[in-house]
Amino acid sequence: TSAAMAAVRRVGALAPLRGRLRVPARSVAAVASPPLYDVVVSGGGMVGSAMAAVLGHNIHFHDKKIALLEAGPRKEYDCMPDSYSNRVSSISPGSATLLSSFGAWDHVRSLRLKPFRRMQVWDACSEAMIVFEKDDLDDMGYIVENDVIMSALTKQLDAVADRVEVFYGSRAVSYTWPLSSHSCDTSPWVQIELADGRRLQTKLLIGADGHNSVVRKEAEIKNIEHRYDQSAVVATLHLSEATDNNVAWQRFLPTGPIALLPLSDTASSLVWSTSHEHASELLAMDEESFVDSINSAFWSNVNHSDFIDTAGALFRSAISLLKPSGTGIRQLPPSIAKVDPESRAMFPLGMGHATEYVQHRVALIGDAAHRVHPLAGQGVNLGFGDIACLAHHLSTAAFSGSDLGSLKHLLKFETERQRHNVSLIAAIDVLKRLYSTRLMPLVLLRTWGLQATNALPPVKVRI
Amino acid sequence: QLSLFRVTAKRLFSTSHSSVDSKEMKKFQPLAHKWWDEEGEYSALHSMNDIRVPFIRDTLLSMSSNYHLGSPLSGLKILDVGCGGGLLSEPLGRLGASVTGIDPLEDNIRTADQHKSFDPVLAKRIQYKSSSLEEIVEESMETFDVIVASEVVEHVADLEMFIKCCSQVLKPEGSLFITTINKTQLSYVLGIVVAEKIMGIVPEGTHEWEKFVPPEELERLLESNGFSVKTVNGMLYNPLSGSWSWVESTSVNYAMHAVKSAARGQSSLTEALSEMEKEPSSAMAGTAV
Repeated sequence: TSAAMAAVRRVGALAPLRGRLRVPARSVAAVASPPLYDVVVSGGGMVGSAMAAVLGHNIHFHDKKIALLEAGPRKEYDCMPDSYSNRVSSISPGSATLLSSFGAWDHVRSLRLKPFRRMQVWDACSEAMIVFEKDDLDDMGYIVENDVIMSALTKQLDAVADRVEVFYGSRAVSYTWPLSSHSCDTSPWVQIELADGRRLQTKLLIGADGHNSVVRKEAEIKNIEHRYDQSAVVATLHLSEATDNNVAWQRFLPTGPIALLPLSDTASSLVWSTSHEHASELLAMDEESFVDSINSAFWSNVNHSDFIDTAGALFRSAISLLKPSGTGIRQLPPSIAKVDPESRAMFPLGMGHATEYVQHRVALIGDAAHRVHPLAGQGVNLGFGDIACLAHHLSTAAFSGSDLGSLKHLLKFETERQRHNVSLIAAIDVLKRLYSTRLMPLVLLRTWGLQATNALPPVKVRI
Repeated sequence: QLSLFRVTAKRLFSTSHSSVDSKEMKKFQPLAHKWWDEEGEYSALHSMNDIRVPFIRDTLLSMSSNYHLGSPLSGLKILDVGCGGGLLSEPLGRLGASVTGIDPLEDNIRTADQHKSFDPVLAKRIQYKSSSLEEIVEESMETFDVIVASEVVEHVADLEMFIKCCSQVLKPEGSLFITTINKTQLSYVLGIVVAEKIMGIVPEGTHEWEKFVPPEELERLLESNGFSVKTVNGMLYNPLSGSWSWVESTSVNYAMHAVKSAARGQSSLTEALSEMEKEPSSAMAGTAV
């Protein structure tokens, strides 16, 4: 037993020593590694900037380092020009709430915006119409110039400059993804290389770089996309006479929807989705002809057929029997007097949806994840919805000390948003296709469908 | 013969008697590099962070009057006993605490050190040491504000000594957080049969039902060693969703929060109150015949 005891003593004494003598594994990161950020947002448009600002203002990100990469130069928005910009967005009340959560909405209000209370949507091939308005006459939404939103976002980013570093004139040229999460030998972070050779590392990369997203492509996330054979023509228009102008108008022509979005009592913004050839014609024609085309698009009944009109009228009287209030009052859209010179522009339209919104250490938001037709005014609102959801999950993760790039909470974001977005994106696509035809049965279908939807409160509220 | 040898060794080396069970250490050796695979053998421990970190965080926040939500555990010195690969140390470090993680298995410490090395903030906030609890007692008397011993006490050789050592390194009025498994029929069925043999949630042989600790016994040991048990909560793992939740029943898993009594000579208010409560009952016991 004395030998056994000696053996125990020897083993016992050596064990701690062995530990201390062993050379600790050299960390790969020790050799001049690029700066490490907690979150990098790629893309400084409305959605990317808002994402960075929301995180920068989040209390649980107080000690975190955030970077925003924007390829373009920094724009100063100190003075808004008198004339309106031709790129505007319809901001939903939900998006307004998000923007006010970090102080941006106050800036928007102090610059300019136009609330609208009512939305009238009708068909060119029939009398069918649907009107959206809130029971309590609250604002349904706001028409805001994109420049105004960017100005507000830039201001709020400046306010948290100690936490959010904005890199202007910086385009990311390559991304290197970490190997599987548990491999110990190489850096676990995403490596980003900029065009000027600078390098960054990040624990979470958020791709907000638009419908041609480089982040999405580099992450090899499959994208379902489709180019519509349509372009949108935008312009700033002046009304023939001043009016309350708190209604958004949209008429479905066979060639595509034409929409008038109020900017002020005397001005509205045009978004006319039509064929590429027609769009080019509209841009080329003189201002008077352009204005005539717009007025004719809204007022002319040349696409009506007697059959559809009768069928529509019959259906309408049937509805009014069942539901007296279900037909709604038809208002008349304003007529246009002139167009702002230089304000005409066009851009091609398409739809897209990423099959995955997230991967290990990567998340896609905004148009990088989904691209829709402007006919429903949803585009940027879907992006803001993405931000609200992702920020919520990241905030909880940060407050629980979790690794920000962990798929666990990123998947929760993906599930929530895909559930919300997919049906809406599909519906918008269906609507676009349904309204792109003069074929009798489909016109009848959508005429009756629109009339029925207008009469049914539950369906309307959902929309 | 082996058991005889162990008993002899125990008597002769009582001063270096360890709470570390070498048989237990051998169980964890082959898995030392698998800690950070979130989908691997330790996935249940990864998802346990979703409830145990908020539990620790919120309990400590409720006891403090001066904190910043951006770094809620800032200023606290925490000891993570049986830290393994650092699964719990890292979130606590991210929340601002200065963490010391100890584990008797060197390979675990190596894994933990390497994993934290890529994050400069964590690398500074967390220190790992290959050591048993007893080995650090001498140099760490009353050093820590908080001790966490999560999924550890069901593996130690001598629970009472473990608790005594915790008390020695903990500051007065410091917090001790324990999560472990109850010793019930249900915990045998779910914790061993289902978890290990049927569903493979935990590698087979990880746990021995004999060493599971009922909350009543843990509470008794804590109270008789200078701790006051504040909270006991049941925990349940859902293998289908891979997530944990808080439940009423402590029949399988549970979490406990205890506070070390205040420094001798300055009894805390709660101690004074419990002193007062004791006297009338002993007086009544005297009169009852």
